[in-house]
Amino acid sequence: MLSRVAESVYWMARYLERAEDTARLISVNSHLLLDFPKATRLGWSSLVTITSSDEVFDKYYTERDEESVLSFFCGDRRYSGSIVSSLAAARENLRTTRDVMPQRIWEEVNQLFLAISHQVEAGITPRNRDAFLNRVIRSCETVNGMIEGTLSYTQVRTFLQLGRSIERADMTTRIIDVRSENLLPRTPEEMTPFETLQWVSVLKSLTGFQMYRQHVRLRVRGPDVLRFLLQDVRFPRAVACTLTQVCAELSQLPGHVRALAAAQNCLAHITSADIPLLSSEPDQLHQYIDQLQIDFLDLHDAVVDTWFTLLHEKEIVAQLAQTQTQN
Amino acid sequence: MSKVNWQNYACNGFYDELLAGPGQPRDVSRMLCEYLAQLDARELADHKTAVDVAIQMMGITFTVYTEGSMIDRAWPFDIVPRIIPLDEWQRTSAGLKQRVQALNMFIDDLYHDQKIVKDGVFPAEVLAQSVNFRPQCVGITPPHRVWAHICGSDLVRDKDGTLYVLEDNLRVPSGVSYMLENRNVTKRVLPELFATGRIQPVDDYTDQLYDMLASMSPRPGDDPQIVVLTPGIYNSAYFEHSYLAQQMGVELVEGSDLVVGEDDCVYMRTVDGLQRVDVIYRRIDDMFLDPEAFNPDSMLGVPGLMRAWRSGKVALANAPGAGVADDKVVYAFVPEIIRYYLDQEPLLPNVPSYLCMFEDDRKYVLDNLDKLVVKPANESGGYGMLIGPHSTKKERKIFADLINANPRNYMAQPTLSLSTAPTLCDEGMEPRHVDLRPFILSGGQSTYVTMGGLTRVAMTKGSLVVNSSQGGGSKDTWIVDTKRG
Repeated sequence: MLSRVAESVYWMARYLERAEDTARLISVNSHLLLDFPKATRLGWSSLVTITSSDEVFDKYYTERDEESVLSFFCGDRRYSGSIVSSLAAARENLRTTRDVMPQRIWEEVNQLFLAISHQVEAGITPRNRDAFLNRVIRSCETVNGMIEGTLSYTQVRTFLQLGRSIERADMTTRIIDVRSENLLPRTPEEMTPFETLQWVSVLKSLTGFQMYRQHVRLRVRGPDVLRFLLQDVRFPRAVACTLTQVCAELSQLPGHVRALAAAQNCLAHITSADIPLLSSEPDQLHQYIDQLQIDFLDLHDAVVDTWFTLLHEKEIVAQLAQTQTQN
Repeated sequence: MSKVNWQNYACNGFYDELLAGPGQPRDVSRMLCEYLAQLDARELADHKTAVDVAIQMMGITFTVYTEGSMIDRAWPFDIVPRIIPLDEWQRTSAGLKQRVQALNMFIDDLYHDQKIVKDGVFPAEVLAQSVNFRPQCVGITPPHRVWAHICGSDLVRDKDGTLYVLEDNLRVPSGVSYMLENRNVTKRVLPELFATGRIQPVDDYTDQLYDMLASMSPRPGDDPQIVVLTPGIYNSAYFEHSYLAQQMGVELVEGSDLVVGEDDCVYMRTVDGLQRVDVIYRRIDDMFLDPEAFNPDSMLGVPGLMRAWRSGKVALANAPGAGVADDKVVYAFVPEIIRYYLDQEPLLPNVPSYLCMFEDDRKYVLDNLDKLVVKPANESGGYGMLIGPHSTKKERKIFADLINANPRNYMAQPTLSLSTAPTLCDEGMEPRHVDLRPFILSGGQSTYVTMGGLTRVAMTKGSLVVNSSQGGGSKDTWIVDTKRG
C-alpha cells in the first residue's frame, strides 16, 4: 500500500470520527440543557473548551450562546474542527483514495457532505438541530458498517482502524477532561443534585449509558464512570478498549516496534491510573489527561514517521543498488 | 418539460443519429423512440432527475479551471442514448485498427531509420518543426515496438452520413471512464430497454487495458506491478485516473510516490517499504514526466524515469514521444501513412485538410477563413481554434497574422455539418450536435476497440463545441445488433 494513500486513509478515518464525536457532543449537550434551562455554568461555553478551540472561537464570535456555538461547531468552515470542515476534509482525503475504498463508502460520505453543506447554508436552528446531528451520526455509523461488512482485512483497513481508534481515544479524554472540570466537586459542599445527571450526560455523549448500566450495575457515580470510560476493555469508546485495538492493528504492520511501544505506553498509563485520586482531585485529573494527550501525540508521530514519511529511504535506495550489483 | 412528440422533431437539414426525419425513427432507434414517446411529461422529468441524482451520488465529476480556481463539477449527461448499428460499428472498428497500427509503425520509424522521410512520403520540414518529437526517444525500442498503446480517435458524421476521423489523440486521451459510467447510469435509469439483449456491453474495457499493460512488463512470468501515474487531484481527468486504477485493482500513484534507484529500477513508496514497479500507465504529459530529461521545474514527474525506461527496467504507456503523430498537421498525412506502411487503402476517411505550410493550401485558407475551421497543430481541448462561420472580422485578422507568422503550425478544414442526436433540453427534445470518441488499445498480439465510445454533445443550441471543459455534455452510446431478437 502506498504511504501517501495510507496517510490519506488514516486522516479520512480521523476526520470522520471527529465529525461523529462532535455531533454526539453537541447532541447530548443540547438535551442536558433542556433539562436545566437556567444552568448557565454548564452552558454552551464548555463545548468550546472541550475541543481546545477557545482561541479560534473568540476570534469570530463575541457571545458563547447557543446560536453562536451551534453555528461554530456545525457549519463554520473557518474552524477546522467543525462538522462541516471535518466532513470536507474526510471527503477530500477519500477523493484521493477512492481507488482503494469500496465505492459505496465514497457515495455515502459524498452524499453526507453534500446534504450537510446544504443544511448548514439553510441554517441550523433548535428545531432542525436534532435531525441534522442524527443525520451525521447515522451516516458515520453507516460508513463504519460498510467498512465492517465490505472492506477486506488489508492494510487499508488497518490504517482506517488506526485513525479511527486514535481519534476516538483522543475525543473521549477531551470529553472527560472538561466535563470533569465542571463536574468534580471542588469541595463536598459544592455537590449539587445535578451531579448524577451530569455524569449521565458524559456517558450519553459517548453512547455509553446503556453499556455502563449493564457492566457496572450501580447508581451513576463519578469514580465508576471515570473507571468505565478510561479502563473498560469491552466498551468500544472506552480509552483502554480503543488502545487495545490500536495495539492489535499495529502489530500487523511491518516495522512496528516504535509505534507499538508508544501505544503500549499509552495503555500502561491508562491501566495504572489511580481512579479514586483522580476522581476526587480535579487538578490531578486535568494534569493526568494532559499527559495522556502528549502520549497520543507520540503515538501519532510514531505512525507518521514509520509508515508515511519513510524516514530512512535514502539509505534503503542505496542498499538496494548494492544488493543488485552483488547479485 | 412536455411529452415527446417525434412529429415535431426538426432535423434542420443535418444528419440525425436517431431519426431519418420528423416522426421517422431509424431501424436501430425505433424501440428507444417509442419508449420515450409513451412517457408522459412527469415521467420524463422524473427520468431526468433520476440521472442527476445518480451522477451526484456516484460522484462522477470532472474538474474545470475557471477564473483562477478549480471547481469539481457533476458530469453533464443526457439521458437519450446515441445509437449505432453493429454492422456499421464493425466496419468502423476495422478502420480504427488499421489506422492505429499504421500510426504506431510511423512513430517507431521516426525514432529509428525515418524511412518514410527518406522515401519522400513525409516531409522532413514537418518533422523538423514538430513540437512533440522527442530527441530523447531516438533509438529506443519499446516492447512490441508499440508507442501509442492507448489511442482516442474523434469521429464525426457529416451531412451525407459518412463517418470521418477528425483527429487521433495519442498522448494521454481521456474520456473512457465516462463512457463506462454513462452506461452504468443508463442501466440504472432505463433498465427496461436492456432486456432485449441487443445492446452490446462495453464494460470489458478495463480488463483489456489491464491485460495490455501486463503484456508490457519487463519481468515476464511474474505478477507484474502496474500503476496509474496521475498529476494529482486537481487535474481535470483525476476522476478517470482514479476510476481506472480502481477498476483494474492497481495503485494510483503521484510522482512523489515513485523513486528511481541507482539500479535504474522504479520503486514506489509503500507502507512495506520500497516496491518495484514494472508498468506505468502515465497520465502526465511528456514534458512533465521526468525533470532530469524534460522540464526541470516539473513537480509532477519522477526524476530518472526516462533513464529507467531507456534501460528497459520499466514500461511506459503511452511511450514518451508518441505524441509526434498526434499533431493536426501530421493528421493530414495519415492516409499516406497507411498506404506507405500497410500497403492498404484507408478504411476510414480523413476530413479534407489544408496545410498552411503549402503555398496553394495557405492561399486557399487565407481567402476562405470565414468558411473554414482553423486549428493549431498542437492544441487539444478545442482551444486556440477559429470557427470561420462564427468568427468576427477581427478574429479572422488575428488568425491570418498567426498563419503567416508560422504556417507549419496551422491547418484548416471545411466546417462539417456535424450530425445531431435528440437531446433532452429545458425546451424539450431537441437536436444537438454530437461527435464520438472510441478508444483503441494496442498490445503486442492484438488490438482492441471499445464497443462504441464516448459520445460528446454540444448542449448549447447550434454549438459545435463538444468539449466538457467548454460546456459540452455526453451521452451513452449503444451499439445495437439489429439482426437479433
